[in-house]
Amino acid sequence: MRLEKRHQQSSLALVLAPVGAIAFTMLVSGLLVMWAGAAVARTYGLLLQGGFGSVFALSETLTRAIPLMLTGLAATVAFKARLFNIGAEGQLYVGALAAVAVGGMHAGSGFDQVPVAVLFAAMMLAAALAGALLLLGPALLKARLGVDEVVTTLLLNFIVLLLVSMLLDGPMKDPTAMGWPQSVALMGELELSKLIPQTRVHSGLLWGLGLALAVWALMKYTVLGFDIRAVGANARAAAFAGVPVTRTVVLVAMLSGALAGLAGAIEVAGRTGYVTLDMSPGYGYSGIVIAMLAALHPLGVVLASIFVAGVLVGADSMSRAIGVPTYIADVIVAASLLSVLVATLLTQYRVRWK
Amino acid sequence: MCVTETVLQLTGITKRFGSLVANDTISLQLARGEVLALLGENGAGKSTLVSILFGHYVADAGQITVFGQALPPGDPKAALSAGIGMVHQHFTLADNLTVLDNVMMGSEPLWQAFTRRQAARGKLDAVARQFGLSVDPQARVGSLSVGERQRVEILKALYRGARILILDEPTAVLTPQESEALFAVLAQMVAQGLSIIFISHKLTEVLRVSNRIAVLRGGKLVAQAAASDTTQAQLAQWMVGHAIDLPQRRPALRVGAPVCELRQVSTAPARERLVDASLTLHSGEIVAIAGVSGNGQVALAELLSGTRSATSGEVHYLGRPMPARPSELVAQGVARIPEDRHAVGVVGDLPVWENAVSERLRSPAFSQGFWVRRKAAQAHADRILRAFDVRGAGAAAPARALSGGNMQKLILGRALLHPGTTPQSTVTPRLIVAHQPTWGLDIGAVAYVQEQLIAARDAGAAVLLISDDLDEVLTLGDRVAVIHAGHLSPARPAAAWSREAIGLAMAGAAASPMAGQAETA
Repeated sequence: MRLEKRHQQSSLALVLAPVGAIAFTMLVSGLLVMWAGAAVARTYGLLLQGGFGSVFALSETLTRAIPLMLTGLAATVAFKARLFNIGAEGQLYVGALAAVAVGGMHAGSGFDQVPVAVLFAAMMLAAALAGALLLLGPALLKARLGVDEVVTTLLLNFIVLLLVSMLLDGPMKDPTAMGWPQSVALMGELELSKLIPQTRVHSGLLWGLGLALAVWALMKYTVLGFDIRAVGANARAAAFAGVPVTRTVVLVAMLSGALAGLAGAIEVAGRTGYVTLDMSPGYGYSGIVIAMLAALHPLGVVLASIFVAGVLVGADSMSRAIGVPTYIADVIVAASLLSVLVATLLTQYRVRWK
Repeated sequence: MCVTETVLQLTGITKRFGSLVANDTISLQLARGEVLALLGENGAGKSTLVSILFGHYVADAGQITVFGQALPPGDPKAALSAGIGMVHQHFTLADNLTVLDNVMMGSEPLWQAFTRRQAARGKLDAVARQFGLSVDPQARVGSLSVGERQRVEILKALYRGARILILDEPTAVLTPQESEALFAVLAQMVAQGLSIIFISHKLTEVLRVSNRIAVLRGGKLVAQAAASDTTQAQLAQWMVGHAIDLPQRRPALRVGAPVCELRQVSTAPARERLVDASLTLHSGEIVAIAGVSGNGQVALAELLSGTRSATSGEVHYLGRPMPARPSELVAQGVARIPEDRHAVGVVGDLPVWENAVSERLRSPAFSQGFWVRRKAAQAHADRILRAFDVRGAGAAAPARALSGGNMQKLILGRALLHPGTTPQSTVTPRLIVAHQPTWGLDIGAVAYVQEQLIAARDAGAAVLLISDDLDEVLTLGDRVAVIHAGHLSPARPAAAWSREAIGLAMAGAAASPMAGQAETA
């Protein structure tokens, strides 16, 4: 078996690829559902209903999609420039910490006189800056010394989690939390408003949509966007054409880290109200999956994050109804990513059997 | 020579890639003791045919018979054991091993406790003596010259018992003298009954070494002729499909003031470097740099393209120190044509129009602060595509969809067509740095690129042409310098050089001691 490059991409393959990817995902997951002893059609039906079938389901899905959208954008921006930022998880946590540090740690310090709008802006800025600075080190190490950023950003995640753990048991500990490791709460005025009453979906969704639009415009219409795409596609050719490669990589790192940092602030301000050690069930890593599902298109990230969130939320509710483990959600997301990647490959290559 | 026994027979070989027919029912014969040249432009199907023969591809139709036996398709091992040996253009040797180790590698059974080095050494010596290929078996391949490495590749094939040798563009990396030595070895092999398939696109050497020439065009075998019965013009016409005029040597009209000057320039020690190089480029002349690739051409081209800096010495441009950044160079009238158009010239994944303006994107013509002026950029790209006749893909298609020739036209247009040029007045570049501008192009595109360079020279540009192709150097260069191991010889008028003198200088015989002396303008 071998792969041969297609000289022309057939239009039929371009249509068949996504259809085939979905069919394959359904098939693989369906086999596992059968193994778990449930009816396949009913399971899929319940999953769909639980993720998208009612206002409540949809609101839960969108709530879950907000941090995924932001970490998805963080991965998209970085991957476009071939900066493999695996550290969005850590950047999300430092963003959340910075948000609480600005928006919750100043009781009685005279900070209370500052107008809420200014404090809100400062909180968001601090979160973005914290995320950006966390990625700056790995980016400079890569640009200057060629240190592999996959390793540095990945390992920073664990360092950050330990830092969070230390702070939640120390300076940022909430004294009223009866010994639970959680930070002091954000000021109530700084919390994001709810978009739909009686649900959890908050105006962080608008931040996500707005930033997706902004990243899309940046990529398409600006000189920096060209620089990012050129450096990612062919750094040597970019340098020859006069693109400042090192500066571009550093700027991309700041942008990507800032987006992930904002994800942390928005989670705190929109959903949790304070930082805990388990506030992110791997949103930073899921952002990579979402970016790949979206083929690194900023607007595709919106759809991909809603899809992934819907599967996760739907699986929860399906599992409560018929007892198929929620891990099926991870299988569906993983299988869909793999089949989308293979399908994309097959639009460019054909398989020859000997 | 007795040309009777057929050793290799290809019958009706067809290979399709999607809708592209790379080989269309090709039938060929190779006789014992014969050199068959496979001639054709890039994309004519030479490589595909040879890949099928060697088992890398499986043909959609057709048979191969070697020494009367059918060759199983898609099996390189079968091809090897049937006596087919291949010398690739890019060598497949391990630099850190000795010649002997490289030759033995892969030819011993896996489950054998000790290598039989003594026996192998004896066999290698015998093969080397038989064909007059002298190489020290204990030498590390990394320390050998390119010509010697090629000999190791040939020895490797002969050691494995090859009776049919396929040589893919073997002279592309050799000096004229090394090429002569190779031809002598080939003659000896043929005299001893071996057969050779010689792949090339150089007409002169094809006529010189082969008995018979097969011409491929667009996947079809369009002509076969005995070398003694045909001419260069006839071959060129077969290759291209119509008669073609190659640019003739045209002397410089008026050589003007110095545009660019290198004084004792060295670059950081690396595999490719410059050592105390001095050179003056005048307005209205083409200075051609000859040399075997890998002797510092990349350093010289990158230095004048703004992607490498000098560690000592001075580079002056229009009387001032040369700007360091590519975008400044371009803004000040330097047109750059890089050696590797796919890896450096364009960003293949980005659209043609973005590639067409990438060098000048930062100029006010195409951006306003943060924002790209897309309308202006796309309009200029369209102008380039029209003026330089870039075909095969629209402005919105990714640049990698362009063929080599069209990609080169795009790069030429980007470098030569100034956005300030109007139908009334043209803005021409002051300096053109062209590194291997015609490498791998078909004859028509070669002529086009060379004409553009001559026209730019006649319009007053100083042109630096760095080329491995000696014919190109001697046709276009008003003055010629030779580069060897980072040392640049003085640039002398082209008429003052003989081919032999250039060949000697390319091998390092005379270049280094004379470097740095006054030039003959």
